[in-house]
Amino acid sequence: MLHTINHSTFLRLLINIFSFIALLLSIGFSIALGAVDIHLNTVWNALFHFDSEVTSHQIIQELRLPRAFAAVLVGAFLAISGAIMQGMTRNPLASPSIMGVTEGSALALVIMLAFFPAASNSGLIIASFIGAGLAVTMVFMIGSFSKGGLTQVKLALGGVAISTMLSSISSLISLHFQLERQMGFWMAGGLADTNWNSIQLLLVCGAIGLTLAISMSKSITILSLGDDIASGLGQNNMLIKILGIFSVLLLTGAAVSIAGPVGFIGLIVPHITRFIMGTDYRWIIPSSAIFGGLLLVLADVVSRLVNAPYETPVGAITSLIGVPFFLYLARGGGTK
Amino acid sequence: MKKIHKSKFRWTVFILVIGVIISFFLSLSTGIIAISPVEVVQTILHDGTARQEMVLFDFRLPGIILALFIGAGLAVSGSILQGVTQNELADPGILGINTGAGLAVVLFLFFFQGDLEPTNTSSIFLLPIFAFIGALVAAGFIYLLAWKKGIDPIRLVLVGIGINAAFSAFLVIFQLKMDPQNFRQATVWLSGDIWNTNWMFVLSILPWIITLIPVTISKAKTLDVLTLGDEVAAGLGSKIEKERVTLLFLAVALAGASVAAGGAIAFLGLIVPHITRKIIGPLHQYIIPISTLIGGLLLIIADMIAKNLLQPTQMPVGIIVSILSAPYFIYLLMKTK
Repeated sequence: MLHTINHSTFLRLLINIFSFIALLLSIGFSIALGAVDIHLNTVWNALFHFDSEVTSHQIIQELRLPRAFAAVLVGAFLAISGAIMQGMTRNPLASPSIMGVTEGSALALVIMLAFFPAASNSGLIIASFIGAGLAVTMVFMIGSFSKGGLTQVKLALGGVAISTMLSSISSLISLHFQLERQMGFWMAGGLADTNWNSIQLLLVCGAIGLTLAISMSKSITILSLGDDIASGLGQNNMLIKILGIFSVLLLTGAAVSIAGPVGFIGLIVPHITRFIMGTDYRWIIPSSAIFGGLLLVLADVVSRLVNAPYETPVGAITSLIGVPFFLYLARGGGTK
Repeated sequence: MKKIHKSKFRWTVFILVIGVIISFFLSLSTGIIAISPVEVVQTILHDGTARQEMVLFDFRLPGIILALFIGAGLAVSGSILQGVTQNELADPGILGINTGAGLAVVLFLFFFQGDLEPTNTSSIFLLPIFAFIGALVAAGFIYLLAWKKGIDPIRLVLVGIGINAAFSAFLVIFQLKMDPQNFRQATVWLSGDIWNTNWMFVLSILPWIITLIPVTISKAKTLDVLTLGDEVAAGLGSKIEKERVTLLFLAVALAGASVAAGGAIAFLGLIVPHITRKIIGPLHQYIIPISTLIGGLLLIIADMIAKNLLQPTQMPVGIIVSILSAPYFIYLLMKTK
């Protein structure tokens, strides 16, 4: 706890401002780089002096700008969800991707495509929300109702069990109804197909989820000290946990339904943020958002460049960044 | 006491062998083209039509024998891993060994563009060796990264999950670089697919199974000692580290060969040893043979379900195995501390 005193408010503010500038720059790069490289000057003009006659301006407005925004929002949402989960459970491995959100959402999607082919886009998104939520709930239940409680191993293995089962059921359905191609696109999709409609959805869910997350950040800090201490301080733990789970569902549900599988951002970003910012969630949550957005924008750029002109799924990139970190945590780093 | 155990063992083996034979015949007689058990017997006695002969001997029989071998291989691999690591939740799938083998096979297909046509004999026989190398690399990584003044069972599983994720990411990257034909093949094969098989695959896995499982049985006593924990084992005078590494080699080789022949089939290596221990107790001289039989039996049954559940769609058997065994795994997870 002494650790936090070293972090003066000024320093933390400075770090946040710097990383925000880095985020803006990376968005600029993300817009400039791609199948056709566009000069940063043109990017600037397209944003502030839009001219519908110029092709590159149109590419930027219709394709690259929504994609960059989506990367920022998805990264931020996943990071915040991870921070809330880790804060509430005091489990360093808690994060959306480990708890099977992707597979849950994929299963819901496949069920909709197979049995309700007439469903609208927003219907699909709502379904994938519910799927993601159910997966997380199941993993939580396994952990909480088992002997010895929600330990790291329980959470990780519970995640493996639920993910494998859900993804097997989805392949069963998708093979039978010949939806493999559609599902394959979704699983490998990443951020390639984002448009302004997806941004709208992200913004709506994000507005609610973020407000909730930030307004309860102080309570999460107290909860992260332990359930007993928190209730000793007169906090209604149950209410906080329910609100926390609700905001996690909103944020991850929106992120996963837009971007498909993007692993490990929710795991690593909160750890890095805690390392830099200390243990106060009033700082951790906003900073996680900035760092998460930055990380995913960069990963998305890498995914476009690594095997150009083809895209590599951004989820594979984030996994490769995240696994070494996961191994570090598994070896006992990051726990006190 | 020992005598009772032995007779129970004999009875269990007897019942399981009968079970394998029955499921064999059932599986032979089910499928898109219906052939009744009587006709199966007639065909075996060279009294069937040419068409029945072709369906049975060229398509169904190799698949069933392959299922038997793969099930046995994965189950024994899991038994060894659980014994050696003293962790009841160890399994070649969870630890990432299967994914390592899978990645090696995909790399092999990717770089040599070798297709798995029945005519291409050499690549089918090279496949298990590549898979073994991949499995070995994965196991080596896990062992090294989990080592921190000894191997802690929990750390081992967590590191395994991490390695699994990394190998899966590489798998995705390389798979997408393949041409669509190979991509589809690799995807279906990776989800555990044995219905589209032929005798070549059976022959490619045969030497691994018939040499490695007897070797494992001969090491049963060592496994018993290792299960008791390092201190006891050292006290009893086993050279633990050396024996442990030998046994791990066996487990990795069995998993690698099984994956090469049938793709990554999850959880089978995890649940079979548990079922076996429930039936016959903790002695590995009994566990290994019984696991062999139960593993084979379960995979034949799962394969039968996969072929017939949603006709005419044929499912990769790995999907059925996962759906059936995940609940048992979750139950085990909730029960163990």
